[in-house]
Amino acid sequence: MKRSLIIAGVATLLLSGCGAGPEGGSGPATIDYWLWDAAQQPQYQACADAFHKANPQYTVKITQYGWDDYWNTLTTAFVSGTAPDVFTSHLSRYPDLASQGQLLPITDLVTRDKVDLSMYQDGLADLWVTKDGQRYGLPKDFDTVAVIYNTDKLKEAGIKPEEMSELTWNPQDGGTYEKVIARLTVDQNGKRGDEPGFDKNHVATYGLGLNTSGAGFGQTEWSMYTMSNGWQYADQNPWPSRFNYADPKFKETVTWLTSLIDKGYVPSMDIISSGVGQIDTYGAGKYAMVTEGSWNTKTYWALKGVKSALAPTPIGPTGKRASLFNGLADNISAGTDNPDAAWAWVKFLASPACQQDIVAKQAVVFPAIKSATAEAEKAFADAGIDVKPFTMHVKDGTTHLAPISDHWADITAIMTETMDSILSFKSDVNALDPANTKINALFG
Amino acid sequence: MTSDTVRAAPRPTAGTVPDKAPPRRRRLGDLPIAIVFVLPAAIGFAVFYVWPAIRGAYLSLTKYNVLTPPRFIGLENYRQLFGDHLFWNALKVTAEYVVLNIGTQTVISMVLAVLLHRLTRSMVVRGIVLLPYLVANVVVALVWFWMLDFQLGVVNQVIEWLGFDRVAFFGADLGIATIAMINTWRHMGYTALLIFAGLLMIPPSVYEAAAIDGASEWRTFWRVTLPLLRPVMALVMVLSVIGSFQVFDTVAVTTGGGPINATRVIYFYIYDMAFNRFNFGYAAALSSVLFVLLAGIAYLQLRLSRAGESDLKGA
Repeated sequence: MKRSLIIAGVATLLLSGCGAGPEGGSGPATIDYWLWDAAQQPQYQACADAFHKANPQYTVKITQYGWDDYWNTLTTAFVSGTAPDVFTSHLSRYPDLASQGQLLPITDLVTRDKVDLSMYQDGLADLWVTKDGQRYGLPKDFDTVAVIYNTDKLKEAGIKPEEMSELTWNPQDGGTYEKVIARLTVDQNGKRGDEPGFDKNHVATYGLGLNTSGAGFGQTEWSMYTMSNGWQYADQNPWPSRFNYADPKFKETVTWLTSLIDKGYVPSMDIISSGVGQIDTYGAGKYAMVTEGSWNTKTYWALKGVKSALAPTPIGPTGKRASLFNGLADNISAGTDNPDAAWAWVKFLASPACQQDIVAKQAVVFPAIKSATAEAEKAFADAGIDVKPFTMHVKDGTTHLAPISDHWADITAIMTETMDSILSFKSDVNALDPANTKINALFG
Repeated sequence: MTSDTVRAAPRPTAGTVPDKAPPRRRRLGDLPIAIVFVLPAAIGFAVFYVWPAIRGAYLSLTKYNVLTPPRFIGLENYRQLFGDHLFWNALKVTAEYVVLNIGTQTVISMVLAVLLHRLTRSMVVRGIVLLPYLVANVVVALVWFWMLDFQLGVVNQVIEWLGFDRVAFFGADLGIATIAMINTWRHMGYTALLIFAGLLMIPPSVYEAAAIDGASEWRTFWRVTLPLLRPVMALVMVLSVIGSFQVFDTVAVTTGGGPINATRVIYFYIYDMAFNRFNFGYAAALSSVLFVLLAGIAYLQLRLSRAGESDLKGA
């Protein structure tokens, strides 16, 4: 009896991976939908309500997990057979899930239902097609990078807001961009970074904040510099076979960034790793400006005690600005009990009915549909935020698609170590050579 | 270990103790009821420890990412492990943490316990000493992380007011020490109570004898208290060293292993390998090595401290 109890217990543990959901077939169904951004839950709840109204047989149940728990929870759910029918997905994660057969391809469904892929911002829809030509998602939003600055600090430094939109940058002397950063940096005695007697070891306000070393992505840390310097992540994107982290253009950009730390204009790795985060530090007036992603805009404007404005990222040696162009989509689990319902919901999320009529008006993210972008700009403007520095990248064609690659988690691990080390002055930029070799070895 | 006062109590020899042992037949009669009592724990042990350990040992010989079936690759993970500088770094960082954490925690707890024992029996004081332990690990870590923030934290503001330079508590140089100190702060009260319980088991007569012999408080501590505490201390050390090796949450919510790899302790590395990089086979190999290591350390500790024997037997 005891033996069988043990066996039963063990068997339960082992077999819990094979459970089936409650509903099946067509007819009324509940669609389990997961997302990670709490700030976006209200707008998608509104979409879910609209969807239910249009399709009374389907009900959408939304569950939100914080980003830190999201992917663990999702993986465990896949293993135990309790994965959501549809979930918000990320470009850095979906290739692994797709290659392991966890996602439902929607290639045929898109063709069957004649979804017009040209309605999305150019390039976004292609991000969700894997090497074997299968499509797994329809774009729901996009993001770009801009500079957020503290308007009072800018005034104190005697810099006009107009100057902020014409800044240029180069890896040799940093251009007018570095001049502004230096000017905005203030030490404890009130000396500015460009004044004689500036004490770089006792800085009260850094001209430019830093979030992390950026690992191999550097989306809001260094990608706007490296790419305006003519650098690309890899030989091709998506699905590269060779990465370019050892490229001289990348190295000279990183060297320039470390020089800002050395000059005391940007906090050191020791300081930022001993800090709770860029947003709170900026909110406390310790950073005069930061480089940030569009999805965080509202969070910055919600900070009490600081007034902010946006400026575009600087024009680089290529004569152009640059921003990564990233976006989310919804994926369908391969094991969903109700593929029809799941597809109907995904299609609705990717339609103007959700993106233009609901999401755009909430002014949290930029919807992927072209016509909805103007709508979102207007909604942001109504909230007192001029978001042109984000959207101008799309209009001017200065966006670069985020790298989509196999082995991304391993690349991140290697590059976190390497970039942390370089920005901590524990190794010089030539440490990128062995790191890049190691990364390329992952691709055989 | 030999003190005049203790030697006064005759030490038992192997043959003298079990003179009251019950007859053999009686013990067999207790067996069914004993099994009933042991069973719930045994089932839990089998399901949640033995089976996962066996499966973990098997998975360490495979390439496994949870979503596709494991593929047997023999000792490849272990071969890779011994050449992995991050594994050795994780061991080094964890060892630094354990030494700093156990060192400070044991000394402070011992002082606290002796003070509690010799100076006050107040429940309020005991409660206050235990307070940090009652707060969740993650909360303790986050509160300290905020307080020690380089630019915003109250501690660094005080340091600056006192005329010193701000300190990067979670930087590459101090990170692991800071994390060790945070956990020392949280655990010292609990450890002090364990030691305090050990102190209560020491019969007052030996202290009276020490007092009659004219021993000072200091000398009494070294010659009476400490030797008689040995079994309790052995238990406390084994538990706290193993617990200390398992540091994870404090790292996870503060530094995340960085900067560079300065705080990438072994458990965090295992977690990162498994749940971020989906390299569960390799993570299982890391866990197996850690298991052997911890078993070895626990065995050594128990042997060296003769934890099963008490100097008080027969006293």
